[in-house]
Amino acid sequence: MTIIFQILAIIAVIVVAIVMLRGGGARNQAIQRIFMLLFIVAAGSSIFVPQVWTFAARLLGVGRGTDLLLYITVLAFLGVAATTYRRFRRLENDLTAMARQVALARADNQQNSSEVTEPPASDGDK
Amino acid sequence: MAQTWVVVPMYNEASVIASVIKELRKSLPHVVCVDDCSTDDSAAQARSAGAIVVQHPINLGQGASLQTGFEFVRLIPEMTEVVTFDADGQHQVQDALDMVQRLRDEKLDIVIGSRFLDNRTDMSGLKRFVLRLATGYTRITTGMALTDAHNGLRVISRDMIFELQLRQNRMAHASELVDQISLHKATWAEHPTHIVYTEYSKSKGQSVLNAINILVEIIFK
Repeated sequence: MTIIFQILAIIAVIVVAIVMLRGGGARNQAIQRIFMLLFIVAAGSSIFVPQVWTFAARLLGVGRGTDLLLYITVLAFLGVAATTYRRFRRLENDLTAMARQVALARADNQQNSSEVTEPPASDGDK
Repeated sequence: MAQTWVVVPMYNEASVIASVIKELRKSLPHVVCVDDCSTDDSAAQARSAGAIVVQHPINLGQGASLQTGFEFVRLIPEMTEVVTFDADGQHQVQDALDMVQRLRDEKLDIVIGSRFLDNRTDMSGLKRFVLRLATGYTRITTGMALTDAHNGLRVISRDMIFELQLRQNRMAHASELVDQISLHKATWAEHPTHIVYTEYSKSKGQSVLNAINILVEIIFK
């Protein structure tokens, strides 16, 4: 029976990975929010009606409800880690581009002002 | 009117940067130092030694510094080739001059320094082993039979400078640069260089453990 759960878990990992890697702005965000909602419902139900989890776990052949919850939590965590990594990466790229523009603009100003005050250094390479 | 520009990425090198730049400018007068938001007075030292200093407002990493340097020299119409040179003084200016000559003579897109083409460079067995692994990886992914994929001394032609777009801000940029060379089917050669591992450059240099960081950065672009 565990094989069914393993297959489902692998499919879930692949689906999450594809969704995360494809990016896609608003659609991606909507899917993330649906997952978040499901997660809240799952968390609530596990407190009030834990039998549901045990029942679902039996169906999937995992054994205990807590085990199923743990598996899902691990999968969710992987998803969060992947999106966070991508978001940071994008942020870093944007920040780099901006910092570079600032650096180059400042260098330009400096050169322009120094050209007025001092003659260019003698040029042995020309 | 050939004009060789030297790009020196720099981060907290105040104690050595002035002498490195003075030495460079004896034969290569056009030096641009990219200061990666140093917390010491590296920028002032570099400026006093006669380099143009481009300052990052925040610390971005060596790869980002190189790219900033490339984008700076692109604006200079007389620039014919660019030398990348480490700020800690581990490279020899004579090696750089030889490499510029070779790039011009053989009309190459890039000449890459290598510590392994002769026996002048003295390094630990572990460092040698990790660098060998890195070149093996490069050979598999790009098909380029480099002997030293992580040497900071390179000479790059004007055309190639306009093609390069380094996105790996931290240390994985050396592999990324080789990737882009192979992608553009650039003509390249390796040139034997001598690296002097002084106590100073050793203390500044990367730990061999950093190879793991580089690998992760390459895989999870």
